[in-house]
Amino acid sequence: MLARLKGPRRGGLLVLALVIALLPLVLPNRFYFDVAILIGINAIAVVGLNLLIGYAGQISLGHAGFYGIGAYAVAVLPAELGIPSWLAFLIGVAFVALLAFVVGRPILRLKGHYLAVATLGMGILIFMVVTNESQWTGGPDGMPVARLTLFGFRVSGVQTWYWITGAALLLGVWFALNLIDSPSGRALRALHDSEVAAQVAGIDVASYKLFAFVVSAIYACVAGSISAFYTGFVTPDGAGFLHSIEMVSMVVLGGMASTFGGIVGAALLTALPQFLTVFQEYEHALLGLVIMLCMIFLRRGILPSLAAVLLRGAGQGGRA
Amino acid sequence: MSEFLQFAFSGITVGAVYAMVALGFTIIYNASDVVNFAQGEFVMLGGMSTVFLAAFGLPLPLAALLAILIAALTGVALNKLVIEPARDASVVTLIIITIGASIFLRGIAQVIFDKQFHRLPSFSGDDPIAVLGASLTPQSLWVLGGAAVIVVLLYVFFNRTLFGKSILATSHNRLAAQLVGVNVRFVLMISFALSAAIGAVAGILVTPITLTSYDVGTMLALKGFAAAMLGGMGNPIGAVVGGLLVGLAEALGAGYLSSEYKDAVAFVIILAVLFFLPRGLFGKTGTERV
Repeated sequence: MLARLKGPRRGGLLVLALVIALLPLVLPNRFYFDVAILIGINAIAVVGLNLLIGYAGQISLGHAGFYGIGAYAVAVLPAELGIPSWLAFLIGVAFVALLAFVVGRPILRLKGHYLAVATLGMGILIFMVVTNESQWTGGPDGMPVARLTLFGFRVSGVQTWYWITGAALLLGVWFALNLIDSPSGRALRALHDSEVAAQVAGIDVASYKLFAFVVSAIYACVAGSISAFYTGFVTPDGAGFLHSIEMVSMVVLGGMASTFGGIVGAALLTALPQFLTVFQEYEHALLGLVIMLCMIFLRRGILPSLAAVLLRGAGQGGRA
Repeated sequence: MSEFLQFAFSGITVGAVYAMVALGFTIIYNASDVVNFAQGEFVMLGGMSTVFLAAFGLPLPLAALLAILIAALTGVALNKLVIEPARDASVVTLIIITIGASIFLRGIAQVIFDKQFHRLPSFSGDDPIAVLGASLTPQSLWVLGGAAVIVVLLYVFFNRTLFGKSILATSHNRLAAQLVGVNVRFVLMISFALSAAIGAVAGILVTPITLTSYDVGTMLALKGFAAAMLGGMGNPIGAVVGGLLVGLAEALGAGYLSSEYKDAVAFVIILAVLFFLPRGLFGKTGTERV
């Protein structure tokens, strides 16, 4: 039972594909499609961030910065330089990869709270640049994003973007799962458990950390670009500190080092505020309360905690 | 020269506030190894509670005292209800828990108080004092004096009183402190109360200058955290120096370089310091406390 639940990661991928394929049948209206797409976008970023936090064991409180660059790349480059949107998307990804590669090495030498404050600072600097360079970015009010055009077709409509987001998420999860099962993934998990032991075992700790950082930054950037294309508008909020925190919360809530758990976390924390708006002015207080309660009582994350309960029910015991 | 002095005055004033927030971080971190991201909310609670209590007709000193009490009680509740049940959680989890607490407190404040900006009257008038061609407001002196008094009181408390020493003992080795009879739970409670009270004092003193609203806490917490890191996490003197440096650099950066990027200065400094001195200016070398 344990082996069957843990082993077939491909099974999980199949389940995810089925959920994405069948969800439109039960989504009653546009609002729910909208929420589903937002969940998908956040899930992409979270799956990437989980590689860094859950597998490599390095915290980042600045990934919204990469998300923001992804979003602003597809907004600013077509508007200011007339670059086609798809090319702007690729330039954004390349730029984020390069940026993460350059800042990653000095930042990842730090540990614990020091790493937290350095990534936080990096994220906030990116946020300030997109907020203050208003001649390009529209400042705090944000700017519109030109529709994506591919092979002469304008990509638009909530249905279309639902499928694009779903496909991107599947691709992202598939890549993450393969990475985790590869020697690189095992190296990452080794340095999560003990950097010293990993180093002794011949793992180039610094390079693998950097690798996880760059990959997770690219996931965040892609999520940002998709979100900008879909909503047709970008604001600095996407690059803000609170968004970084939301992403980390999704990772931890869903379950660190659990790729599918991250998706569950993204689904919960994305959907929750949408439905909390009913409570209007209590929205923030409730959000904070939910985050605190989940972190205190479901510390290992929702999916691993559930899995543990289920396994115990099946008379297996042990840790999920 | 007078221009420089003017920037320096405003820098040291803001810096004193950052220093008080950083001291709050340090006290809680030393006692419990928790970085409390809800620290900025204590500053907000101090300022906002005073404004609203004063609006009810309470005299300002009484309102301020009550506000400090409210913040301290909030700190104790935070420790009891939120931090204690999560004692053995990982660093990342604890960071998120305290951020959750800060979102919660902000959400509550926006309901109990409101979303407007508020100000308090200056404590001793608004006539600026001329110093070498620059002017210093009396309220700046209140902020600087308040910070200085807090630093002296803390020094005496930690070095001259038995209870202060027992907090220090707990921060060095919780188990050993417990073994020699220190009531560790009580120490933790007092640390949170003390830290919250200091934050509230900072909030009250600075409100006549910078105004206050339900969401002033976030940026203050981030900069206070940066200041504490700059000085070396866990080092109270480092926290004060770090706070003053961040405030000064920010004011000079805003004055001479760009006022738009005023808030960026703190983070540029922190990144530079971490890259070259990964343990801060006064950080101790040795084992990692994570």
